[in-house]
Amino acid sequence: MDLKLKIWRQSGPDAKGEFREYPIQNISKDSSFLEMMDVLNEQLVSKGEEPVAFDHDCREGICGMCSLFINGRPHGPDDAITTCQLHMRKFHDGETVTIEPWRAKPFPIIKDLMVDRSAFDEIIQAGGFVSVSTGGVPDANAIPIKKANADLAMDAAACIGCGACVAACKNASAMLFVSAKVSQFALLPQGRVEAKERVERMVAKMDDIGFGNCTNTYACEAECPKEISVANIARMNREFFAAKVC
Amino acid sequence: MAKIDSKIPEGPLAEKWTNYKNHQNLVNPANKRKIDIIVVGSGLAGGAAAASLGEMGFNVKVFCIQDSPRRAHSIAAQGGINAAKNYPNDGDSVYRLFYDTVKGGDYRAREANVYRLAEVSNNIIDQCVAQGVPFAREYGGTLDNRSFGGALVSRTFYARGQTGQQLLLGAYSALSKEINKGSVELFTRREMLDLVTIDGKARGIIVRNLVSGKLERHSAHAVLVASGGYGNVFFLSTNAMTSNGGAAWRSYKRGAFFGNPSFVQIHPTCIPVHGDFQSKLTLMSESLRNDGRIWVPKKKEDAVKIQKGELRPTEIAEDDRDYYLERRYPAFGNLVPRDVASRAAKERCDAGFGVGTTGLAVYLDFKHAIDRLGKNVIEARYGNLFQMYEKIVDENPYETPMMIYPAIHYAMGGIWVDYELQTTVPGLFFGGEANFSDHGANRLGASALMQGLSDGYFVLPYTMQNYLADQITVPRFDINSKEFEQTEKDVQDRIDKLISVNGDETVDSFHKRLGLIMWDNVGMARTKEGLEKAIKEISALRKEFYQRVKVPDEKNGMNVELEKALRVADFLELGELMARDALNRSESCGGHFREESKTPEGEALRDDENFTYVSAWEYKGDDVEPELHKEPLVYENIEVKQRNYKTA
Repeated sequence: MDLKLKIWRQSGPDAKGEFREYPIQNISKDSSFLEMMDVLNEQLVSKGEEPVAFDHDCREGICGMCSLFINGRPHGPDDAITTCQLHMRKFHDGETVTIEPWRAKPFPIIKDLMVDRSAFDEIIQAGGFVSVSTGGVPDANAIPIKKANADLAMDAAACIGCGACVAACKNASAMLFVSAKVSQFALLPQGRVEAKERVERMVAKMDDIGFGNCTNTYACEAECPKEISVANIARMNREFFAAKVC
Repeated sequence: MAKIDSKIPEGPLAEKWTNYKNHQNLVNPANKRKIDIIVVGSGLAGGAAAASLGEMGFNVKVFCIQDSPRRAHSIAAQGGINAAKNYPNDGDSVYRLFYDTVKGGDYRAREANVYRLAEVSNNIIDQCVAQGVPFAREYGGTLDNRSFGGALVSRTFYARGQTGQQLLLGAYSALSKEINKGSVELFTRREMLDLVTIDGKARGIIVRNLVSGKLERHSAHAVLVASGGYGNVFFLSTNAMTSNGGAAWRSYKRGAFFGNPSFVQIHPTCIPVHGDFQSKLTLMSESLRNDGRIWVPKKKEDAVKIQKGELRPTEIAEDDRDYYLERRYPAFGNLVPRDVASRAAKERCDAGFGVGTTGLAVYLDFKHAIDRLGKNVIEARYGNLFQMYEKIVDENPYETPMMIYPAIHYAMGGIWVDYELQTTVPGLFFGGEANFSDHGANRLGASALMQGLSDGYFVLPYTMQNYLADQITVPRFDINSKEFEQTEKDVQDRIDKLISVNGDETVDSFHKRLGLIMWDNVGMARTKEGLEKAIKEISALRKEFYQRVKVPDEKNGMNVELEKALRVADFLELGELMARDALNRSESCGGHFREESKTPEGEALRDDENFTYVSAWEYKGDDVEPELHKEPLVYENIEVKQRNYKTA
């Protein structure tokens, strides 16, 4: 198939960006979106032009590195997948495809379609852990956990930290990301010990970095490649209020 | 021979690790602050080691190639992690896990290392649970287990189909805790391009900042590299795009020996190649073989019609299907180990019975399982994998059999290390997939995660301390010393050389050509002629690479083509060493299959008399043949047998 690509080009964090158009021909409908980008970059390099910078790594939907905003949606026109799992059969011949980076102030653009998501690491560093050191822990089966809670914790822990929730949100809120980690630990006895401090620190860090607040549009849940539920946000709010009043 | 000493501690097998710990040197808490450690890689081995060393009080610098330590490729492991907990009460023990791992590795792994691995496997599960890793549980609240290939017990702990992700996030959370505390300093989007040695000891690294393009110098009292495997030498593999062999290869060129480079694992159940622009291969979990039956058409004319799209698999009658694994291996059937299943698929496809448009695929069919158990049971077990398959291939595996084909997955080979996971360069340690140590010639499922975390949490924090105990009076190293100066210049020269070629062929094009040479000659079946040919072809391709490669002249700033060119330059040398190692080892063992060494039925045939050793290759200079050192493998606690999966 032949396509017209409209791609955001920006040479650095402080440079002025703009859309540039690139026609591309003979793309197989069975190739993945990122393989289509590879073909484009091969052509640009051969012509002596600068290739388009974009993040990607595992290409099987789990590392959370890929982060393209395609035709107005994070990870493009399919549900519950990352950009690397998107295939060209979701587009039609002759279509114009608009490709942008994640757009949120806490995710500054590094170059072209690549953004800096270290804000997510900082939030985890603020409290997204259980303070146990290596060794000296009890036998794994000494801590029985209700299967229903373990499953809910796993649902939350499935977050890949890609940032699609922030990119989808009109407020650039990171509440889905933060609440997924808060929920995972809040649901497990190992995490209860520090639950209060954790939610306070992580929320404070999230606010401090400049992520917006949640106004319940649920765009984050709709675009999350791992279908993380907004019920986690409700749980985080509950944890947060409890931490403040108790 | 004297150059390598595996340093296996004295005493009976089961007491060696305890003996080691009882007698090793320690560093007192006040002195730990004075000691710097560099960790390259933030996956299971690197991340866990960095966190643990930070907790102890050392100053740790951790480097990762991605934008966050949470994205290391350990994250992609699906199935699970083995441990000898014996929670299901089915007769498991440390010895049995040790035995299965040595046997699975076709008797080419070091007994003492594997025993220690089995011994600490239980601590890993305890540690991960304490961190809040949400493993699967029974209704009573205890942990659930499942079975995996090559074992007769259920010892695999799992977190849905995302066990690697959850274990990595556990290590990442421990690491984040230490970063917050200030004991660990994090450097992202950095790639190690060389090792700095001072007076023969590892004292630092040169990294390239992938955003600014600048070279940076970092010094330390010891260096740990846990940079993963080198499967991408084949271009197409299940590895991530940035997975590379550079840190290992550069360490080799600075004096670390390379162990068993030819031992790579080819995973039988991957989604087949679809076209020339394919960038990587996707794995379908080994667990699918529990319920799927593997077959190809019995008649060649049917296979040809399928390849042309004139016939559908569902139109082939039961009698016209060849369930070749069940036919050849009645006892283990579809659950034979990975190397055996891969070779059998290749044999059928090479004989012309393959399916798909390329003829390089076999069917993995769930029809019988769905008839027997119902669609909902299969969906509950494999729903996410079926969905992933459908997204990629655009076919519904509930109705049409899946197509699969083997793909490069894991490197058992790696930098040679002794019992302490120290290389032949003092102060340089290698952990996880990057070292050669525990899997012999074939790795069993659910053992990679176990080894990564064993090295990271429970082995390296002890053994590195033993090395560092006499370093407490050694002051920090000046990064302006002549050694750092010279090593950085060497890296800059490599970069300048690549850019100055200014040729007409892209890096990926060379990488693909190397991959084809490797796959055809150093892949699933190897011959003397093929390997000799590969050595010549790789050498010629390397020459051409330095005459024709095109790398944009962007020295200051991001330059993805340059990153790739540096990696491919290393692969072009590593690939040759792999072929050399495979040529030297004229026996078949595990994933290494030499056509010249097989039983009358076509099974792999070891030559224990001549090859019960680890190959440890020493770099002798560019265009000089490397020197082979042999570490003899001694089996005192296990009876060495020919593997047999035909009868129970």
